[in-house]
Amino acid sequence: MNENWTLFKRNLSDFWKAFRRNRLGLAGAFLVITSILVATFAPLLTPHAPSDIIRDEGGHGLTFAPPSVHGPLGTDDAGHDVWSQLVYGARISLMVGFMAGFIAMFVGSLFGILAGYFGGRIDNLLMRITDILLVIPDLPLMLILVATIRQLDLKISPLTVLIAVIGLLYWTSTARLIRSQVLTIKERQFVARARAIGAGHGHIIRKHILPQIMPLIVANTVLILSTAILVESGLAFLGLGDPTQPSWGTMLNFAFDRSAITNGAWWFYLPPGFAIVWVTLGCVLLGNVLEEMLNPRLTAHHLEGDQNMIAVPAKGAE
Amino acid sequence: MTESLLSVRNLTTEFHLPDGRIARALEDVSFDVLPGQTIGLVGESGCGKTTTLMSVMRLLPASGRITAGHALFKGRDLMQLSEQQMRSVRWREMAIVFQGAMNALNPVMKVGDQIREPIELHNLMDRDAAEKRVGELLEMVGIQRSRRDQYPHQYSGGMRQRAMIAMALACSPSLLFADEPTTALDVMIQAQVLDLLKEIQKHLGLAIVMVTHDLGVVAEVCDSVVVMYGGKVAEYASADAIYNEPQHPYTRRLLASFPDLIRPSDTLASIPGTPPRLTDLPTGCRFHPRCDVKVEACDKETPVLKMIEEQSAEGGAIHCAACHLLHGEEAKFQ
Amino acid sequence: MSDHAMLEVRDLYKYFPIRQSMLDILLRRPANNVKAVDGVSFDLERGEVLAIVGESGCGKTTIARTLIGLEEQTDGEILFHDELVGAHERRARAGLVPLEAGTVGSSEQKVFPRMSMKRLRQQAQMIFQDPYESLNPRATILEIVAEPLVVHGLARGRDERLERVKTALEEAGLRPAEDYFLRYPHELSGGQRQRVVIASAMVLQPELLIADEPVSMLDVSIRAEILNLLRDLRQRRGVSIVFITHDLSTVAYFADRIAVMYLGRMVETGPAREVLANPQHPYTKALISVIPVPNPRLRRERVILQGETPNPIDLPSGCRFHPRCPVAVEACKVTDPANVLVGENHHAACLLLNVAASPNIASGEAAST
Repeated sequence: MNENWTLFKRNLSDFWKAFRRNRLGLAGAFLVITSILVATFAPLLTPHAPSDIIRDEGGHGLTFAPPSVHGPLGTDDAGHDVWSQLVYGARISLMVGFMAGFIAMFVGSLFGILAGYFGGRIDNLLMRITDILLVIPDLPLMLILVATIRQLDLKISPLTVLIAVIGLLYWTSTARLIRSQVLTIKERQFVARARAIGAGHGHIIRKHILPQIMPLIVANTVLILSTAILVESGLAFLGLGDPTQPSWGTMLNFAFDRSAITNGAWWFYLPPGFAIVWVTLGCVLLGNVLEEMLNPRLTAHHLEGDQNMIAVPAKGAE
Repeated sequence: MTESLLSVRNLTTEFHLPDGRIARALEDVSFDVLPGQTIGLVGESGCGKTTTLMSVMRLLPASGRITAGHALFKGRDLMQLSEQQMRSVRWREMAIVFQGAMNALNPVMKVGDQIREPIELHNLMDRDAAEKRVGELLEMVGIQRSRRDQYPHQYSGGMRQRAMIAMALACSPSLLFADEPTTALDVMIQAQVLDLLKEIQKHLGLAIVMVTHDLGVVAEVCDSVVVMYGGKVAEYASADAIYNEPQHPYTRRLLASFPDLIRPSDTLASIPGTPPRLTDLPTGCRFHPRCDVKVEACDKETPVLKMIEEQSAEGGAIHCAACHLLHGEEAKFQ
Repeated sequence: MSDHAMLEVRDLYKYFPIRQSMLDILLRRPANNVKAVDGVSFDLERGEVLAIVGESGCGKTTIARTLIGLEEQTDGEILFHDELVGAHERRARAGLVPLEAGTVGSSEQKVFPRMSMKRLRQQAQMIFQDPYESLNPRATILEIVAEPLVVHGLARGRDERLERVKTALEEAGLRPAEDYFLRYPHELSGGQRQRVVIASAMVLQPELLIADEPVSMLDVSIRAEILNLLRDLRQRRGVSIVFITHDLSTVAYFADRIAVMYLGRMVETGPAREVLANPQHPYTKALISVIPVPNPRLRRERVILQGETPNPIDLPSGCRFHPRCPVAVEACKVTDPANVLVGENHHAACLLLNVAASPNIASGEAAST
């Protein structure tokens, strides 16, 4: 395993060297990592729990207190600390986003690989399922699904329902993307070579297909994350979140319901919106940069090696 | 003495790689193209032959820069022209046949339309006349006029190459660059394409600069040859002299590695090692790590091009080579 | 003699059906086939090098892919060490015919044991044309060369596996092998990559190598090295090679026999030197005449065939070469010529040879004895 470790270290350092030069990527990574850190160390960053009611000297609840009166971000209509809600909300938003994103990525990759690699009937079946999901408008479908599952009273936490619904509806574009990649990789000569060696399907998918599309999967996961967080915020804003575990979307929902805007309590509705932008922008920047970097054909310069122009166009021969 | 059509003098081109390194793709390249003649640029991949073409046409990618040298075409220095002037020279005066015909043709455009495109771009004639010209061009390269409206994928590899040639001839240039025109083709199609090029040259009297790694192709069609190695000229002479009195060790070994059907030997001679990377060129003579006759000076000093035979007034070609083992005056190009 | 040949191919056919549109099926138009290989037979002895030469579209690559089991033959038998390989074996595994032994098709056929694809691939390996495409860009050289061992579950111990990879790389001329273990294909030159491909094909120590245009993508100076390497492997390991190329000049060096293919058929077969020095079929003559000669003083008269290989869907009537043949006569349009013996082990399929056949053989034999 010695050589694998050396290899891993070398790849990592190569990657870092290239990544360091990319400002947009660094900015994206900064945005994503700070939000993850905030979510992880939430209790250390806030003096109050989100459910604590802040009172003034006279023991009265401080409602709609501006930042100048209390804390960094003031209080909401019920006297809760907005900063604490924001920090703890990061946990919920990120968790739903990550879990849903990974489910979507897993299902999408699985469908894409199977459809692309085996082709024929399997491809037809899987792609028709994908098409059906693609043409149904997402938001109404999700609203109906979440509301119906709630009604069933299945003792599943509302967050789990959200995660499952988002994860199981947002894999379609990934599946199509991965399938098209697999289709081209499948035709490449090193796959034919692996077959000529005597390798089976499992081996070819594991050793030859997966490593080629892994960069795509990684970059896409990061992009899907941002979508999942946005969708979660949207659903929560419409009141489908878990009121006991408020995410950023739930906060916006509360702010709207309790007329924060008419009261001019900008410290109540602006921070969650800003937080959502912070994370999704980070994911999009990071995702695009990763996709660009991990694709060797986009970065290699033709003069670096001997594989210069002679080699490429002759592909069409025979 | 004939006036040369294109005189390339001390051309030097560099590429700036994204990580800050500099690749010296061309250094001090000089040669002459006489009207109606074919000159071959020969060498292994990465030796700078394609870069030479692209530098003369000034079609280098953004990372490339021509740092020194001239290219006098009909008395004008191409390196001094504005981009606007250069655009009117390209294709109108000098056209290029790219190596991968499949990649160089637009797959969703009819072949005839693609041939007409350069004519229209340069406003040479009205539509009807251009249409007539397309027909003539197709006939000239041996494609039936009826296939004008077909798409590239309906053409075979050889026909695509012919279409590329027709496109290059569309504006009647006086100089044709051919970048590995036969590399991906079968021997028979290769022979057809070379034959066609010779025919066209005889017919239209144009000069051809042929870039190839195949010495056999060069022997079939070229009048003079520039052997390049690691971005520099190793030897420059008439085709006859290159094949029968090669002076540079690299030329000799290149010739020896070519399979000879007439006198097959048991083992093919080969050149061990790989061509140098342009970012990491060896000191001294660029060929010395692979050379079998190297002397002490080879890894220290860069050999200059030495004149072995002057260009004679009767049209005898120049012969020069860059090797420490050779004796002679340093070659000077006017 | 042919009973002991390592590889026997008999009447191999490979047709690729062209997908029909609904309309065609409704109108009951006959289904068309691309007749890529149309009745080819040959033998290969142990340690022998057979070069299959022809233009693109002549079916040479299809033969290679069928031999290694990447394509299923439409008809015909491939015998490897007197064991059947190819389509029959697959059908057998699907339960259509008994696996162990038995007759396939008509009863007069001989009974051959069958060889599984997996075993065949331990003994026969393929080298592909494009060294830039045939290596997985994300695998290290170590992984690439060790892959056949992994797939076949051989050399399970780490040390043993490393040892075999090292030997294979060094035999392929990549020394010291350890330097290459952790490198990626894009760090190597074209010649080095093709050596890696060869090392990975040789790591199982196969008896048969099928090389599909192994040097056509390489620079001339590198070509010589790869050809010499293949020669050495054949001498040292006694491996047989089916060498597929469109370039006759590269085969002159180490092929024992040459088979010239045109449109799915072998039009001329014979000992390499004999075919090159004394070609009989007009197609072979033309192919030899267009090989570039690396010396302007030796430019020869070249027979450049016009047009290109016709498409293998509608084959020309009679001799399939007649539309491009420089010496075709009227009879060529009607009669499909049979293979005739024109010298020792030297066959060609041309009508004009039938007439000249007997004196030609006589003089040829007289000269050789």
